[in-house]
Amino acid sequence: MNKKDLSLLVLILVVGAVVAFINPRFLYVGNLSNTLNQVGMFGIFSIAEAFVIIIGGIELSVGSVIALLGVIFIDLIVNHDVNWVLAVAAIIAGGLVIGLVHGALVTRMHIQPFVVTLCGLLIYRGAARYYTEDATAGFGFGASFPTLEWLTAGRTNVLGFPLPHSVMALVIVAGVAWVLLHRSVFGRYLYAVGKNEEAARYSGIRSERVMISAYVICGGLTAFAAILFAMYTRSISPAVHGSFYELYAIAAAVLGGCSLRGGEGSIIGVVLGTVLLQVLQNLVNLLGIPSSLNFAVMGAVILIGVLADQYLVQRRHHVSPAKGRGQTSVAAAPLERVKVD
Amino acid sequence: MPEPFLELVDISKSYPGVVALDHVGLAVSPGEVIALIGENGAGKSTLMRVLGGVVEPSGGTIRVDGAERSALTVAEAIAAGIAFVHQELNLFDNLDVAGNVFIGREPVHGGPLRLIDRKALYARTQPLLDRLGADFAPDAPLADLSLAQRQLVEIMKALSLEARLVIMDEPTSSLTLSETDRLMRVIAGLKADGVSIIFITHRLNEVMQCADRAVVLRDGRMVGALTRAELSPAAMIRLMIGRDLKSLYVPPAAPPGEAVLDIVEAVTDTYPERAVSLSLRRGEILGLAGLVGSGRTELARVIFGVDPLRGGVIRLEGDPIRAASPRAAIDHGIYLIPEDRKGCGLLLDVSIAENISLPDLSSYLRFFLVNTAQETENARTQRERLKIRAPDVGTTVGSLSGGNQQKVVLAKWLSMRPKVLIFDEPTRGVDVGAKQEIYEMLRRLADAGVAILMISSDMEEVIGVSDRIAVMHEGAISGFLDRSQFSEHNVLQLAVGHAVEMRVP
Repeated sequence: MNKKDLSLLVLILVVGAVVAFINPRFLYVGNLSNTLNQVGMFGIFSIAEAFVIIIGGIELSVGSVIALLGVIFIDLIVNHDVNWVLAVAAIIAGGLVIGLVHGALVTRMHIQPFVVTLCGLLIYRGAARYYTEDATAGFGFGASFPTLEWLTAGRTNVLGFPLPHSVMALVIVAGVAWVLLHRSVFGRYLYAVGKNEEAARYSGIRSERVMISAYVICGGLTAFAAILFAMYTRSISPAVHGSFYELYAIAAAVLGGCSLRGGEGSIIGVVLGTVLLQVLQNLVNLLGIPSSLNFAVMGAVILIGVLADQYLVQRRHHVSPAKGRGQTSVAAAPLERVKVD
Repeated sequence: MPEPFLELVDISKSYPGVVALDHVGLAVSPGEVIALIGENGAGKSTLMRVLGGVVEPSGGTIRVDGAERSALTVAEAIAAGIAFVHQELNLFDNLDVAGNVFIGREPVHGGPLRLIDRKALYARTQPLLDRLGADFAPDAPLADLSLAQRQLVEIMKALSLEARLVIMDEPTSSLTLSETDRLMRVIAGLKADGVSIIFITHRLNEVMQCADRAVVLRDGRMVGALTRAELSPAAMIRLMIGRDLKSLYVPPAAPPGEAVLDIVEAVTDTYPERAVSLSLRRGEILGLAGLVGSGRTELARVIFGVDPLRGGVIRLEGDPIRAASPRAAIDHGIYLIPEDRKGCGLLLDVSIAENISLPDLSSYLRFFLVNTAQETENARTQRERLKIRAPDVGTTVGSLSGGNQQKVVLAKWLSMRPKVLIFDEPTRGVDVGAKQEIYEMLRRLADAGVAILMISSDMEEVIGVSDRIAVMHEGAISGFLDRSQFSEHNVLQLAVGHAVEMRVP
């Protein structure tokens, strides 16, 4: 765990302690379990987003993909009697294909990722609404998938605490993603491409493939999150389901140390970022703050966090500009500036 | 000759470790055309930046209309009537011609609304166009203009600022012959109006054509001035060289072997009508000399698979290869140490160890994961071998000096099995000590059987390190030199496109 992650953890503990002090209900098992369930679902697509942000891209269609794949999933198992294992596989495959298309448009057609995924955001939302004719998709009475429901939305008692399965899924996803990003060759390539695509290419990295893979991974994980959300909410109104989720994902990634310029960020950071966002949500509910202020509180806390981080980084540079610099070099001077801003 | 209005006296400029200008003096009279010549890195651009107020000299005085100053600011330089036409033009291609000429000084109307007075804008631009005999309208979008026309826009901008001195940095380097002719006429016209011109160029025939005198810089010193009567290509080349080279040369352990890399009629995007052929032999260091922009880097990029090969064949050990990407070239054992070390060679805020392992990560695998212990160990070995001065291999590359950064780039490739190594300006921004170490490493690699292509603009390096020199001029090889023919004179002759009389000493 690096310094940034550690300070984020401290911030979460402080905010948590304050909330618990004002309203002890924060620590009730039911509340914690529900908050964790949210963390699990939001964390998975935030990690998805982080993959794309690390290569210097952006994915804005997360929320719309969750809506579209969610309604298709419910439709498949409820109305078309598709075996749920097959349906899960189909939905994940759909997510992978969406990622592949985004990645191809960005790298082969050289369209800016913001534009590609903004169009995705609009298209998938529209498709979701058209697919259900703007009606709510849900499980009718009697429709029952006990195994699937238990797997996705169930909870298991661990030492007396009802641990949501979504959070277990997050732990597995985060673990695999951590190894992939921080220990594997592919992870190195992701960071290298995000840091300096040109230098990566000159080092023999097929940067286009690496970038496409990031979008594909993002699409697959988002599809997985879409299934969890569908099973959790049990009914999806395609006009609003998952809206703004891409912003939660980006916020969590940024809180977790990802730079929108690419090449930075850690999985632990992204998970902690998700936790902080959900604690803040919870805080708004528990402290009696009007829920209309929900987003405003989140925005303010993120802004303060980023400002504080910037301030600390700058101070570190001003206090010890020559630290860790064996030789002085003309070359290093401009770099200093780049790092600060 | 009228009195000079601008004088530079004893101007010096030093950067840490480098003296860029060493007591240079220059006086400019109205209506004078001065050619400023010298090799790459002789200090021409620095001198002009002093004039433009961009660089503050470390010593000397600047006298403008009799007033003495130790330095100019950009605003003062503009106020003094000094205007710059940069090599890479500073124009906005989303504006029209008039908008570019009067950028920041647009005539306005409408009181506090400060709307742009288009009519006045175009009316003021037209006379400037007429003066230069330009064939485009004031409202022509800049994006539609050719490079030569854009240059005229820059000159118009200078004239609209009442410039008395226009400095042109290699104005003809990207122009066609007829465009160059027109520029020469424009220069003559400005001269007739009493505007002075300083132009930096590598093309000696242009100097012959339009300069009143030539000033020659070498290693930051002014080594000579030639009057119109004294101007001749031979005289200029003599002044540009005129120094004894320290001998750096270490002969190869064995005579060069068979050809490893054959480039047959290779065509690059930059010079579609020119083809390059050369062959690189095992164990030799082939220096590739030429002026900046002669197509050397482009050739390297094509061999390394960064840019597509537009024609011709590249053969490695006899077999034609098609390097469609750097990955393919690397898999063939062809490695490039690029010119732009920071942009293309390294990940600056990543550790030395991770930079070194990057091209060959798959050989550091243990259960699909990167074996960091092995990675660190290899980086340590390379650090010893190349004498990379850094506290630890975990140090980020960005904090190292230029020489040590270059050694890290080299270490990337030396951890693998090079057949062909292409160095593009291997010692640019590298201090003297590290330079020597890099040269020794080059020789050791060549002796170990690697074929080395060394692109260099540093004459001392080309002559001191190479076993053979190929010289490029405007996208083609203008000649090869064997060691017996090595001289700065010969390299420079070929670099400016003249033939070399093959005298064997």
